[in-house]
Amino acid sequence: MAETPMLELRDAARYFDVSRPALQRLIANEGKRILRAVDGISLAVPKGTTLSLVGESGCGKSTVARLAVGLYRPSAGQVMFDGRDLAEARAASDQRRRMQMIFQDPYASLNPRWRVRDIVAEPIRAFGLLPNRGAEEARVAELLTQVGLSPLDGYKFPHEFSGGQRQRISIARALSSNPEFLVCDEPTSALDVSVQAQILNLMKELQSRMGLTYLFISHNLAVVRQVSDRIGVMYLGRIAELAPAESLFRHPRHPYTRALMEAIPDLDMTGRARIPVGGEVPSPITPPSGCAFHPRCPMAGPRCKAERPELKPAGDAMVACHAVEEGRDAA
Amino acid sequence: MAATLRRFFDSDLWWSFTRSPITMLSAVVALICILGALFAPWLAPHNPFDLASLNLLDAFKPPSWTAEGEAQYLLGTDDQGRDVLSAIMYGARVSLLVGLSATLFATTLGVTLGLLAGYLGGKLDALLMRICDIQLTFPSILVALLIDGVVRAALPREVHDQIALFVVIFAIGISEWPKFARTVRGSTMVERNKEYVQAARVIGVAPPRIMLSHVLPNVMGPVLVIATLNLGLAILSEATLSFLGVGVPATQPSLGTLIRIGNDFLFSGEWWITIFPGVTLIAMVLSVNLLGDWLRDALNPKLR
Amino acid sequence: MSGQNPLLEVRHLRVEFPTRRGTLVALDDVSFTISAGEVLGVVGESGAGKSMTGAAIIGLLEPPGRIAGGEIRLDGKRIDNLRYEDMRRIRGKDIGAIFQDPLTTLNPLYTVGRQLAETMTTHLPITPAEARKRAIGWLDLVGIPAAAQRIDSYPHEFSGGMRQRVVIALALCAEPRLIVADEPTTALDVSIQAQIIALLKSLAREKGTAMMLVTHDMGVIAETADRVAVMYAGRIAEIGPVRNVVKQASHPYTVGLMGSIPPLDRRVERLAQIDGAMPRLSAIPQGCAYNPRCPKAFARCSQDRPDLLPAGATQAACWLYAAGEGAHHG
Repeated sequence: MAETPMLELRDAARYFDVSRPALQRLIANEGKRILRAVDGISLAVPKGTTLSLVGESGCGKSTVARLAVGLYRPSAGQVMFDGRDLAEARAASDQRRRMQMIFQDPYASLNPRWRVRDIVAEPIRAFGLLPNRGAEEARVAELLTQVGLSPLDGYKFPHEFSGGQRQRISIARALSSNPEFLVCDEPTSALDVSVQAQILNLMKELQSRMGLTYLFISHNLAVVRQVSDRIGVMYLGRIAELAPAESLFRHPRHPYTRALMEAIPDLDMTGRARIPVGGEVPSPITPPSGCAFHPRCPMAGPRCKAERPELKPAGDAMVACHAVEEGRDAA
Repeated sequence: MAATLRRFFDSDLWWSFTRSPITMLSAVVALICILGALFAPWLAPHNPFDLASLNLLDAFKPPSWTAEGEAQYLLGTDDQGRDVLSAIMYGARVSLLVGLSATLFATTLGVTLGLLAGYLGGKLDALLMRICDIQLTFPSILVALLIDGVVRAALPREVHDQIALFVVIFAIGISEWPKFARTVRGSTMVERNKEYVQAARVIGVAPPRIMLSHVLPNVMGPVLVIATLNLGLAILSEATLSFLGVGVPATQPSLGTLIRIGNDFLFSGEWWITIFPGVTLIAMVLSVNLLGDWLRDALNPKLR
Repeated sequence: MSGQNPLLEVRHLRVEFPTRRGTLVALDDVSFTISAGEVLGVVGESGAGKSMTGAAIIGLLEPPGRIAGGEIRLDGKRIDNLRYEDMRRIRGKDIGAIFQDPLTTLNPLYTVGRQLAETMTTHLPITPAEARKRAIGWLDLVGIPAAAQRIDSYPHEFSGGMRQRVVIALALCAEPRLIVADEPTTALDVSIQAQIIALLKSLAREKGTAMMLVTHDMGVIAETADRVAVMYAGRIAEIGPVRNVVKQASHPYTVGLMGSIPPLDRRVERLAQIDGAMPRLSAIPQGCAYNPRCPKAFARCSQDRPDLLPAGATQAACWLYAAGEGAHHG
């Protein structure tokens, strides 16, 4: 009997109206311009696991992160949190408490005018979790220690800390409400590689100790391999492939996934001949017809231009590709 | 307290202050004016509004360093025998009171509307900014004049006299709020998209709270600079209105009123009655403006 | 390659920043050479001084930063002590620069063709007509499709990757002998990054241009560079052929750095991490800057600052490689 997933997206979509002002459109005889940031995504994150979403700029992964935590309402489809509609769930403070978010930019994610202890305590105060200041201070000290900082750091301001330390403060803030679900939007992308290692280790340790569920967004496949149970590869607002982590790396199936793997600089210098994929990511305002990847795909056929592929099982993965479905991909 | 003081004197702000002789001089001048005005009842050698102490025989006495001057009237007397120096001190009091109140009013109104427009966006933003645009096409003194004139015409004379001070403050305040609103709106729109605001939204903090406790502290920097520069402008506006005879009531003359009174005698030789209040006005406004300039440069992270 | 007279020689370069709290040393005794046709990677984390090194060479140090010691020689002639005008001429003609953000590098008000042509006519003795012809050739060479039509487009009409190609063309069109590239691919998507890296490599080979590639991304270095210098706290920790530095690093910092890079080919339970953080410029430890974080530090490390010492195929600024020490502490 499968447990209710912590987060589930059912054909979720989010569109943004980026039309020019009405008067200018009238003069230029233009229609509206809709940015389809997320264009029909279905996935489920089982409790206690990490699902990562990986992709290049414009693929919509950050938008999915915000949909997952309620910062955006879906334009279509559903977002379910622990079996309930997310918007409904978020109306109740004891449900909101269960979800938190960690952001990419360590410099903009902490209010520069607040002291660290107020930043970390904000969720505690907002949810009324502790009865008095004394208990609050003790909890803040505990959290700061948990993330590898000193309780005395609570009196300082964010600008007195480095990028890595600020991310730790963000993590402490996220943990202060005892959440079960954490959405991490590129939490280490702005950090140096040695600091990144510290933060990733910390996050993995916290997950195993506290049984957290992560939705992890990143553009870095190597990072994602280290933290994920399952990985979703996104392209132009859709999921190209969704697979268990090891399976994705051992047998990438979708042509875009393969292209991504090929593009990553080779630290091992095995001297393999690489064929970087040509072309650029098209604009999400005017995506190609049918399969969004077809203009750049070496296996594109006539069906790919006309018909948008759905996620279908292929081995232990789900792949949205006609070529894979038709068995045209000779691995 | 001690720690905060120590931090202040250690800060970049204080350091840039001590580096600039002009700023330090302005601060001294401004301080003298402010203290002189504040403690006028205790510091002024005479009370120019105590009718009993006035001696008409002492009228039109020139400043004390001239031949006919007297030591007790340092800067001379006016047409009613009032000591000019004392009148200036009391007048500066009114000028400062009006200037500070009007600036405070404009700041509060402008910052509040700017926050709302910037954070909530949409139609409210469009409406408020159009109002700003329309108002900014008029010179601010004209706006103040307009409001003052309308109120004056609308109310019976006795009522108006009682509340004249508040009307002036209100008029000048209304004429200045767009500046604050626009700046705060721009900064708010930037801050609204930052991750720390989004973090608060994820927790579910209500928008008014976010605006007040998260956004406001981060947009106040430029507001401080504008307010300081605006203080000088407000004082000048009040002086202009009073000079034109439509400002503060005659019972509480400001520097502008004094300048007007003295203006009648300028060409008959009694120059001191108008010149000294004028110089004081210039000194006050100039020093406040220079302080504002320094503050703007000192708080600008790009210039540091 | 080795044994040739180096094209660029940096010797004991020292860059200081006077602040009201004292003088900060951003670069401390940095020395390296680049030969013609060679790609030297300069890698390090934020605050290590790699961008500062590039800026010092191009002559674009932001005041109050200034070169306080050492010398920079291009083809034997000193360039660190030139007047602004002289440096400006060298900057366009002999040294080309590629920065991270193509949006700010290109002037949004001029067409791409005009910027290219202008750069060429400023530094090369050719006519405007010839410059325009060459500009089309350059756009073609860097992979802009339909170059003859796109030459009159404005920068904002190109996508990010295309813009960076234009920037590369701009840097190369005056035919400089040295290119300083500061994080040229960081702002680009991975798939575009691969294209740009390949382009830089092939152009450098073809034209024999030397390149100093500054980046924090070790993967890019591994693909592109011949030699690499690893910087830490304003000093060079290790320098050597890229293969050796990446696979068999000698300096403990390089070892730690390589260990903390998440591997693409397998999953590890725990990434090797270096505890602590790079010291701030105002608090650089005495002796070897890395010693507080170094698992192999011993007494001498906190007292004397090590010079670059031979360590196998590379050079490392580490006392482990002083004659006789290795046996005790290795």
